[in-house]
Amino acid sequence: MKKVILQASLCFSVLIVATIQSCTKDLNLSPTNDVTSETVYANLAGYESVLAKVYGAFALTGNQGPAGNGDVQGIDEGFSDFFRLFWKAQELSTDEAVISWGDVGIQDFHNMNWTSNNSFLTGLYYRSLYQITLCNEFIRQSADDQLSNRGISGTDADKIHQFAREARFLRAYQYWVLIDLFGNPPFATENTAIGGAPPPRIARADLFNYIESELKAIEPEMPAPHANEYGRADVGAVWALLARLYLNAEVYTGTAHYTDAITYSKKVIDAGYSLISDYTWLMRADNNLNTSATGEFIFSINYDGLHTQGYGGTTFLVHACVGGSMPASSFGVAGGWSGTRTTKSLPALFPGYPDFSTITDKRAQFYTDGQNLEIGNVTQFTDGLGVTKYKNIKRDGSPGQSQDFSDVDMPLFRLPEMYFIYAESVLRGGSGGDATTALEYMNDIRVRAYGNSSGNITAGDLTLDFILSERARELYWEGFRRTDLVRFNKFVENSYLWPWKGGVASGTGVSAIRKIYPIPSRDVNSNTNLVQNPGY
Amino acid sequence: MSRRKLLRSIILPAMLLFSQLSFAQDRVLTGRVTDSTGTGVAGVTVTARGTQTSTQTNNDGSFRITIPSSVDALIFSSVGFATRQVPVVSGSPMNVSLSGATSALNEVVVIGYGTRMKKDLTGAVTNITAKDFNKGTITTPEQLIAGKVAGVQITSNGGAPGAGSTIRIRGGASLNASNDPLIVVDGVPLAPNRNPDGTSSISGSSDPLSMINPNDIESMNILKDASATAIYGSRASNGVIIITTKKGKSGKPRFNFTTQNSLSTLPKEADVLSPAEFRNYVNTHGTPAQIAIMGNASTDWQKEIYDNAFTTDNNLSVSGSYKVLPYRVSLGYLNQDGILRTGNLKRTSAAINLSPRFLDDHLKIDLNLKGTLSHWRYADESAIGNAVRFDPTQPVLSGDKRFGGYFEWLDPSSTTGLRKLAPFNPVGVLEQKEDKSDVQRSIGNIQFDYKLHFLPDLHVNVNLGYDVSKGEGTIYIPDSAASAYLRSPDAKHGGVNNQYKQNKSNTLLETYLNYVKEFKSIYSRIDAIAGYSYQDFSTTNYNFPDQTTDGFVISTPSFPFDKPENRLISFYGRVNYTYKGKYLLTGTLRRDGSSRFSEDNRWSMFPSGAFAWRLKDEEFLRNSTTVSDLKLRLGYGETGQQEGIGNYDYIPRYALANQQAQYQFGNRFDSLYRPAGYNPNLKWEQTATYNVGLDYGFLNNRITGSIDFYVKKTTDLLSVIDQPAGTNFSNKILANIGDMENKGVEFTINTQIIRNKSVTWDFGFNVTYNENKITKLTFTNDPTFPGNLVGGIAGGVGSTIQIQSVGYPKNSFYVYQQVYDKSGKPIEGLFEDRNRDGLVNNNDLYRYKSPDPKAFLGAYSNVNWNKWSAGFSLRANIGNYMYNNRFSNTGVQRNIIDPLGFLANGSRNLLETNFTGNGDQYLLSDYYVENASFLRMDYINVGYNAGDLVSSHTNLRIGANVQNVFTVTKYKGLDPEVSGGIDNNFYPRPRTFSLSLSLDF
Repeated sequence: MKKVILQASLCFSVLIVATIQSCTKDLNLSPTNDVTSETVYANLAGYESVLAKVYGAFALTGNQGPAGNGDVQGIDEGFSDFFRLFWKAQELSTDEAVISWGDVGIQDFHNMNWTSNNSFLTGLYYRSLYQITLCNEFIRQSADDQLSNRGISGTDADKIHQFAREARFLRAYQYWVLIDLFGNPPFATENTAIGGAPPPRIARADLFNYIESELKAIEPEMPAPHANEYGRADVGAVWALLARLYLNAEVYTGTAHYTDAITYSKKVIDAGYSLISDYTWLMRADNNLNTSATGEFIFSINYDGLHTQGYGGTTFLVHACVGGSMPASSFGVAGGWSGTRTTKSLPALFPGYPDFSTITDKRAQFYTDGQNLEIGNVTQFTDGLGVTKYKNIKRDGSPGQSQDFSDVDMPLFRLPEMYFIYAESVLRGGSGGDATTALEYMNDIRVRAYGNSSGNITAGDLTLDFILSERARELYWEGFRRTDLVRFNKFVENSYLWPWKGGVASGTGVSAIRKIYPIPSRDVNSNTNLVQNPGY
Repeated sequence: MSRRKLLRSIILPAMLLFSQLSFAQDRVLTGRVTDSTGTGVAGVTVTARGTQTSTQTNNDGSFRITIPSSVDALIFSSVGFATRQVPVVSGSPMNVSLSGATSALNEVVVIGYGTRMKKDLTGAVTNITAKDFNKGTITTPEQLIAGKVAGVQITSNGGAPGAGSTIRIRGGASLNASNDPLIVVDGVPLAPNRNPDGTSSISGSSDPLSMINPNDIESMNILKDASATAIYGSRASNGVIIITTKKGKSGKPRFNFTTQNSLSTLPKEADVLSPAEFRNYVNTHGTPAQIAIMGNASTDWQKEIYDNAFTTDNNLSVSGSYKVLPYRVSLGYLNQDGILRTGNLKRTSAAINLSPRFLDDHLKIDLNLKGTLSHWRYADESAIGNAVRFDPTQPVLSGDKRFGGYFEWLDPSSTTGLRKLAPFNPVGVLEQKEDKSDVQRSIGNIQFDYKLHFLPDLHVNVNLGYDVSKGEGTIYIPDSAASAYLRSPDAKHGGVNNQYKQNKSNTLLETYLNYVKEFKSIYSRIDAIAGYSYQDFSTTNYNFPDQTTDGFVISTPSFPFDKPENRLISFYGRVNYTYKGKYLLTGTLRRDGSSRFSEDNRWSMFPSGAFAWRLKDEEFLRNSTTVSDLKLRLGYGETGQQEGIGNYDYIPRYALANQQAQYQFGNRFDSLYRPAGYNPNLKWEQTATYNVGLDYGFLNNRITGSIDFYVKKTTDLLSVIDQPAGTNFSNKILANIGDMENKGVEFTINTQIIRNKSVTWDFGFNVTYNENKITKLTFTNDPTFPGNLVGGIAGGVGSTIQIQSVGYPKNSFYVYQQVYDKSGKPIEGLFEDRNRDGLVNNNDLYRYKSPDPKAFLGAYSNVNWNKWSAGFSLRANIGNYMYNNRFSNTGVQRNIIDPLGFLANGSRNLLETNFTGNGDQYLLSDYYVENASFLRMDYINVGYNAGDLVSSHTNLRIGANVQNVFTVTKYKGLDPEVSGGIDNNFYPRPRTFSLSLSLDF
């Protein structure tokens, strides 16, 4: 018996000691499939995969296409797409577009009564700063000391340095979005530590200087126009952004930069881009062709129905505009979302209106069947004209790869904008350009629009008002309108009204505070450095 | 030593040991046990002194026992009565009277790492044993105690088979992390039931607890305050439920067979427009085109999807002892149909308990093994919403062969021929989806308790446990089904043929030393433990491609599997000190380490202390006949909480995107590496609980109960907070920020109103008042911060109806204040401009009510009259509010005559409001937030004990039961009890009629 007892005691003692020793050893567990930054940034291929995210964050909403595992939290993932949000903020607040949906906050754009809690503005703001954070991390990881620590040198290092310059361009673009829409955002750079102190606020004028300096810093070493591969930015994109920034400099800083705007728009115009032959081919499933060596697109967000899926971007643009009696199949989609139309102010810009059969400008792509010109009810799809600019079908009429996700690329910069910047800057007193050339550029645009010179204008027609209207005719629904109306002092003012401006059927002016959007209250609350924009 | 080897080395010699013992000569004794009133007492254990032989009295108190001739006395013991020893008298029946119920206090209650006598408890612990469990068809264990325990709110997640419940003990201690209590089954702490996203943590089962057969459960102990739970340290903030399964009883094999068969019915359909009302409405408000698309049928879509459902639940058990080996073996088979057609659960379960004792009781071994196999077929619950919304003028079948013959909304211009965004035919949705799974789960442990021979005051206890499960399933939808018609991106392939698979393994190793010593000279007793625990939770989720029925791959996973794992290592100790049997002190300390935190935050201490004073044992009460028990309890403790935190959230890491989330450079699509948001500073959520309680008993304990006051303060609340933009890879991060408070009172009273020879009547009642308030949400106090929006609703994508705000209860509704006309009708789109700035926008939203009840009550009563018995149970919530999402989403004109080109039915609430549904603010109207206080009769039953009707030595009981008998409420929706407070397409709780038969033999 004693033996048994002894054995039992021994057994327990051994067991206890053994288990405690074997088991305290490790609470360090690591994920199966995720990797650490050391692994990702070990070689060029890893850098490229992260760069793909830095770019891809423009086109995708998360790590799982079309949805799931989103980048931006606190907003429906489909809503959190960059261009979808940007488009809403730039178009729904203007005469170019209305939307029928009832998602909370979306009608605020028409009513011009958005608050700092608006979830679409909040989503856009966080999307922009998310992309900036990705760029910052990439730039940080591409610093010389990081590369040498990882034993990366030679052409690999050169390529990574070029990646980093592109990240700086993308960051500058997103800061342009913030300076234009929000004015005085937080300012995070590669020196802002992850998990560190909240970044400082940057005033609009200082941010202008920063964006300018960044773009100028990378300009000398960026690849020549069209020298970079499809999907990636070249110096043409850098110039184009500078030109846009300078055109609006007076709004941002109070100081005009029209001469600079002429300089940089001219650089782009002279770089070998040309208008594609048919305006209706612009927003089509195979519009990647417009990015060819002599194409019109300077830089675009590239979507793909099979590989780059999401519910934003051009997938949103080609679906949301389809409704009423519009046949979905002619848009290359399985069915429409019955959302977006235009107020009558946009078609009214085309000569011949309201008799649509007499409009010869091919850019007037409206759908009138069963649609009322007048908008009695913004939330009724059949009130307001349909817009057929975006279609997920190819030039030859065949559909895109997917019925649910668009192949249409979204140009952030295309050549006509540079023509407009040139012409407007000349009219606004910038030097280095001339009115004759400006007139030529305008007529280049109109020849394509009319198919001949019948729509050409004369030197006397070339006024600022003409440019604002012509920009709308050419660039409508591409995310320019709010910026243009602000620059022309027609956004909040009583002098220019459109149906449902300010939430009133006949339109009304609103407070000047609405020229910029509020900083989302969520960030004002979590970052005490921020100051809410006046009036919000 | 591996666990398997260990098992072999201990079990095998043990088996040999049993076989060497033998029986002596036997004789038979009979008799009857009565209480002080002369009533027979059922369930009294009658043991032959000095042996393992025992039996139990039947319902009229009589017993029959076969004992060895050497036995000279019988021991009579029963919960609620003082144990008596009676010398054996030959020849005549032994009639024994047991006195008073005062000794209920000697009932043994299982607490963490040990047991205590009820009278010695210092914490807020409620023990519910099988005899007090709820009756009826109960598939998941937690429903056994719904409404029975003050402070514990159990809300079933709907009427689907095995749906599980939301369990809240004292309101829950967390906001974003878990509010679910820790559940411990026979000493094995289980992994949480729910994943952070709310889905079942075992793939293929709708709730992991449905894999435990309620019929095997002997008792459930609810540890509520921190002095009771703190021994479980970091997992104890939301309370602990200890489930103990039935064990073997000594004696000859006793068999029990129970069968329960029931019919579940739909109590009430959701109120929608009748076909005539619908026609009239469309004719009045629709365009000619909309009027033209109406059909000629009159279909009650809800009738088409619901059906009466049959459930059979059968259990067979045998319990007894083979020589020195008490055993219990049970088998169960459940086959339950859901009232939503096609849904079904088949569950086969087995349980084995062995509790041998060796070396003169120095070594106790308890082996518990439970295994369950279940087969599920899930009904597609989207049919519930579709049935409410589907046009009643359309027929179920179109007369056409397309889409399986089901009527669907068409659009000739679309590639699929289907109208985009239109609801699918609810019958088609049900019939055309085969969503099946097989789930296996086993929970088991072997516990050794060894009382040292050279120091009998010291026990060594080793517990090895596991909880493993395997869930796999397939989802098949034919390519003709509208819901998956030509769903491939190129619109050429349709249908779904997908599978999933998951293995889970939770392993446990625990060991503790227990020292118990009586110091008579100083009237003191010490009971102390010190222990160590190691638990590993590992899951393997296999990833499969998304395929159409013809094998076309829509998407391929980036990785074949993922294996999330977390680990917990703990050291713990507890000291109970008793002075003069009436002053009781308890102190516990637990140190936990978790793999979910960085090394800096990995370890934390969770202390508690409690004091109890048995006033009844003081001179001034000792002889009182009125007061039969009185005990004051004071407790304080700190507990933690880490569920709801990802396993690796503190580590900076990069994740590869899937193949539909790539980006094109040149002619190739590059895979993306995305940095994940992370928080290196994550740590435990801490809750400090103060508890003052009084246990009382009057009139020989015919009236007993307790009252408890508590305050729970959670600090370092895990909250998903906004990151300052630009400082992290996610704009929202789970972080330890914020404080919350729960305050409450619990009151319980149990009475034996009548207790005489032929009639007993028990009545019990409990009420809980709980007040929840968020006290901090941001790093710096910021009165302008409205709070975090939560509670997504249907109607507008991304719309939310609730908010977490400082100074308000969690999940308060965040709504516009509706303006009404003179007749009391809400005026659409007109809301109070609360901040008087001339605009009605989201600055005018206000916090209005909360989904949590201010108070909740439970009551039960049982009557026994000779061989008849009857009982019922009632439950009520007071002051809980509900957002009626069905009204707001479907009760508007825009939903009926949908501008998207189809018609849809909706709530009859439309006829009251006449809302058009244009705009976005009406959804957030406080009009839709309704008082959902209710009184519900959970069940009512009658039983008859037919005794030895079948043959002698047998006992037959039969019963009839109705569940979900009635609900009294002002709430206008279908059911006022929806966890979370948002009512939208809730699976209706059935009304169930059951007949049961139980035979002992």
